[in-house]
Amino acid sequence: MTQPNHAHTALNPLSDGEVAVVFAGDYVNKLSGQRIERECRLKLESGYRALVINFKGTELVNSIGVSILLGVIDIAEQKEARVVFTNVNRHTVELFELLGLTRHVAMAESDDAALATLSEFAAPSPPQGH
Amino acid sequence: MPDSRMTKVLHAFAALADLGEEIAETSDFEEMVSSALHVVLGALGIRRGAVAEYDARLSLFRFVASRGLGEAHPPDVAFTCDEAATHRSGDGQLRLDASALEKEIRAALPDLPAESVMPLVVRGELVGVILLGAKASDEAFNAEDHELVRTLGRHIGVGLHNHRLLRELEHRAEENRRLYDDLRAIYQDTVRAFAAAIDCKDKYTQGHSERVGKYSEIIARELGWGDQEVEGIAVAGYLHDIGKLVVDRDIINAPYKIDAKQSSELNRHPAAGYEILRPINHPYADIPLMARYHHERIDGRGYPDGLKGDQIPLGAKIVTLADSFDAMTTDRPYKRRRAFAEVIEDFRFNSGKQFAPEVVIALCRAILKEVNGQVRPRQIVKLLGKGYLESERVPAMLEELIVELEAGDTLAARHG
Repeated sequence: MTQPNHAHTALNPLSDGEVAVVFAGDYVNKLSGQRIERECRLKLESGYRALVINFKGTELVNSIGVSILLGVIDIAEQKEARVVFTNVNRHTVELFELLGLTRHVAMAESDDAALATLSEFAAPSPPQGH
Repeated sequence: MPDSRMTKVLHAFAALADLGEEIAETSDFEEMVSSALHVVLGALGIRRGAVAEYDARLSLFRFVASRGLGEAHPPDVAFTCDEAATHRSGDGQLRLDASALEKEIRAALPDLPAESVMPLVVRGELVGVILLGAKASDEAFNAEDHELVRTLGRHIGVGLHNHRLLRELEHRAEENRRLYDDLRAIYQDTVRAFAAAIDCKDKYTQGHSERVGKYSEIIARELGWGDQEVEGIAVAGYLHDIGKLVVDRDIINAPYKIDAKQSSELNRHPAAGYEILRPINHPYADIPLMARYHHERIDGRGYPDGLKGDQIPLGAKIVTLADSFDAMTTDRPYKRRRAFAEVIEDFRFNSGKQFAPEVVIALCRAILKEVNGQVRPRQIVKLLGKGYLESERVPAMLEELIVELEAGDTLAARHG
């Protein structure tokens, strides 16, 4: 499947689908949160099966940003797509753990690590022995 | 304090600051409530929730914001505060009991997320409710969470209450506007009734005041006056002859040329009209003066005050021309109305003497537009009756006079 390549996004092959990377920016608040949500919706509607949200350089996620990210998780679940957060700083990881976001998304150190994680999920299960 | 606890406290404080900013800076009510809901959900890590405002007049909750409950907000829910949810406080005031109210709201909204239900009460009035689903962490709400929701809820409640007050103000302003329109309509009807009463006194000039009102309105509009001023000049036209009410009916209705004494009596009517209209608080400026000055002349030979040129207000100059135009174009007991060519000649002769040239130009332009079919409805044509302006020469006569007057070429100017 050929997908349009938007700004702030990258296309990576995955066994059963494709992965879109969305960059969070330096401050996730209402404005940037709405931009992230819009991009994620577009990607999911275009057929992407996994979203990587890259928090490289993200200093702060405020309450509205958290709520919007929860909404993105909600939308992805409805579309049966997976979400991975990457490059999240220590403070934000702590916040996401505290608020329960990490129970619904995978966390990865980098986009490559995220792709590896997603590939593991996408790989066929080994045959069961008798 | 452990790191995670500190993070939680800081996040809660930051959420309060975010909420204050959103409430203070967002002018759109629905966007403000939507952002407020985001703050609450983000403060505690909740995926589903909604905020509804309570309409006490219709006894229902109307959802203003929702998250995680589908594309559209939940439908309105009927709700009436039960007496059980109220109690009398120490000062004898009837107050809402938050805990009982919460139970009632839960019962009224069984299909919505209700891990936490926070009624929003401001000054003893239910203004709305916040409904929250489960936390993303799957942990139960603890006392601190409830306290945080309560604190955020207080701010959101004030936001809803202010919006309610604003809506009530708008509603009252709208009522006042309607009342004002009604009063204005009553005033206009009264003015028309007066005009009819004035015209009744003069059996030969039926409808004169109403026509003068209409001509004055048309001239003023042609001169570029605003709606309010145009309404005012129309009223002045309707009432310009109100002073005739105090003049002997036999003089007004005399089927012959009246003598000097009778003429002097008749000429009292502008000043008498001014005295009648002066005590009335008109919604438009200078109505009494327009009645007083409608027989003044540019050359100073008019009455009652013998004013000249710019001493006469423009409104009075308009009524003067409208009055004379109607007198020339309607039949009187002692003479038939004049042909339009004669009217034009009268305008030519009297511009700069009896009439203000700029006002004559405006009337000529208005007639020309109607004759050329440039405006609808054709009010002047209708008032003058079928056939009066049908001569092929009418447009040329009007254009010629307009050009002359615009060039300042009046007989008065030619004769110094």
